[in-house]
Amino acid sequence: MRIPQSEKELTFWERIYFPEVFRGLAITAKHFVVNMIRHTLRLLGFKNVPKGAVTYQYPEEIRPISTRLRTMHRLARRADGSPRCVACMMCETVCPASCIYIVAGEHPDPNIEKVPIRFDIDLGKCIFCGYCVEACPEDAIRMDTGIYNFAAYTREGMVLTLEELLAHEPAPYVSVPTQDKAPDPGPLAKSQPVSAPASA
Amino acid sequence: MALDILIVFLKAVFIVLTVLTFGAILTWVERKQSAVMQDRIGANRAQILGLRMIGLFHILSDAIKMFTKEEFTPERADKFIHMLAPMLSLFFALVTFTAIPFGNVLRLGGKEINLQVAGLNASVLFVFAIVSLGVYGVVLGGWASENNYSFLGGLRASAQMISYEVTIGVAIIGALLIYNTLDLQEMVRYQGHMYLGWIPRWGIVLQPLGFLLFLVAGIAETKRVPFDLPEGESEIVGYWVEYSSMRWGMYMFTDFIEMVLLAAMTTTLFLGGWQIPWLAADGFHFPWGMAIGLPHVVVALLQVGAFFLKVVFLLWFQMLIRWTLPRVRYDQLMRIGWRYLLPLSLANVVVTAAVLLLIG
Repeated sequence: MRIPQSEKELTFWERIYFPEVFRGLAITAKHFVVNMIRHTLRLLGFKNVPKGAVTYQYPEEIRPISTRLRTMHRLARRADGSPRCVACMMCETVCPASCIYIVAGEHPDPNIEKVPIRFDIDLGKCIFCGYCVEACPEDAIRMDTGIYNFAAYTREGMVLTLEELLAHEPAPYVSVPTQDKAPDPGPLAKSQPVSAPASA
Repeated sequence: MALDILIVFLKAVFIVLTVLTFGAILTWVERKQSAVMQDRIGANRAQILGLRMIGLFHILSDAIKMFTKEEFTPERADKFIHMLAPMLSLFFALVTFTAIPFGNVLRLGGKEINLQVAGLNASVLFVFAIVSLGVYGVVLGGWASENNYSFLGGLRASAQMISYEVTIGVAIIGALLIYNTLDLQEMVRYQGHMYLGWIPRWGIVLQPLGFLLFLVAGIAETKRVPFDLPEGESEIVGYWVEYSSMRWGMYMFTDFIEMVLLAAMTTTLFLGGWQIPWLAADGFHFPWGMAIGLPHVVVALLQVGAFFLKVVFLLWFQMLIRWTLPRVRYDQLMRIGWRYLLPLSLANVVVTAAVLLLIG
């Protein structure tokens, strides 16, 4: 067997291995003792003692997520509740996983050219790269719902429809205004800056 | 006569139940201690009616799982030996405890009960003979499975255990020379003496190098990390790769029982067995002159408690080693065994013998 040569020359005490073993044992033993004391004190009711473990007990304790985390998609709405999306197909084109399927239709407002009558995102295919959010000229599709624990028993169950996408609300940590307050004058007069979905 | 048989039977039942309980609790300790050492919480989800008991029910759920799983035997395996091997392993591990003294002579109603299941006068030899036989369970299991990986695991186990048995045998010779007996109970009695009236004459004081060598070689004998090459889970899985359900559980249990055995043997040989410093038959006699008188039964119970406390400490220490050190490579294993531990233990014997000869 070829024995790899280490880059650093070991000293005598490191080579005889035993002192280093005890050094390592001292580190782990320290962790054990400190954590045991913390666990015991907390069990006895001293709540200001630091926790003895860094674990989040997931279903009961939700780990705080980064405000920049890309989570499940949603479609922003206009003040009247209609989708802000203009069915320009930019996201569908840029999507590397081809998981977006859009069918465009006429918008009753002559100022707005199109509106999606179908907008499906197959989460089973989606790779959460966020390109759709970057590509959107209307800032209509966003990935800031804070939902990341979704699952389904069938492949069809993983498909998000237009209604579901419109129904999603942004996660509470989002500070950028994401729903229009006043009637939108239309895409040409858009004043709101195109920003990252959740730059808190 | 019938009473004597009953007493021996009760002692045997006591020690078997104690050891099996230790083994069961060690499955929990292994999870929990590693978790605490690594700033985690560890397994705590098993619950009965919402009661979690810091994960202690996992012992129960493990048992239920293992007893209800399918027992799978490979088609080309030797069915009989495949079934026999884990039982052999467990049997030899359990039988050794008959020779371990867990307390002094207990006098109850005119009866003298030696708190040792079998009072053999060569109990050290008995223990090591039986432990050596334990390798058969592993080798047969690896061989009978008809799987190259388990075969390789069995080979590794036999090479490793035979190599380290040599060191174990030589490492205790220094202690045996000092104690001048092969009876474990007599050895513990010897360790009750004092130097200068206050230093307990424990094996670790007389034979520090012997203690260290015995512990290292002993950990190698238990086939646990950092010497777990026969059952390296991340590479060959080893001799138990074709085992499932409780047959696998028996191998796992054997590992834990061997840990208890190593702790008990180290305690008996080097940590004064059931001795408590300055506790004589009639109570404490502290070196600064204070004395506390205690009745005989209390002293006996304290001594039994001291023995198990020392065993628990050594089990904790073994767990600490198991969750700190990475696995050694095979060439390192053989080098440590034959080129470092064996010469050191031989030197230990020579120096001990020379010193004993000089001071007469």
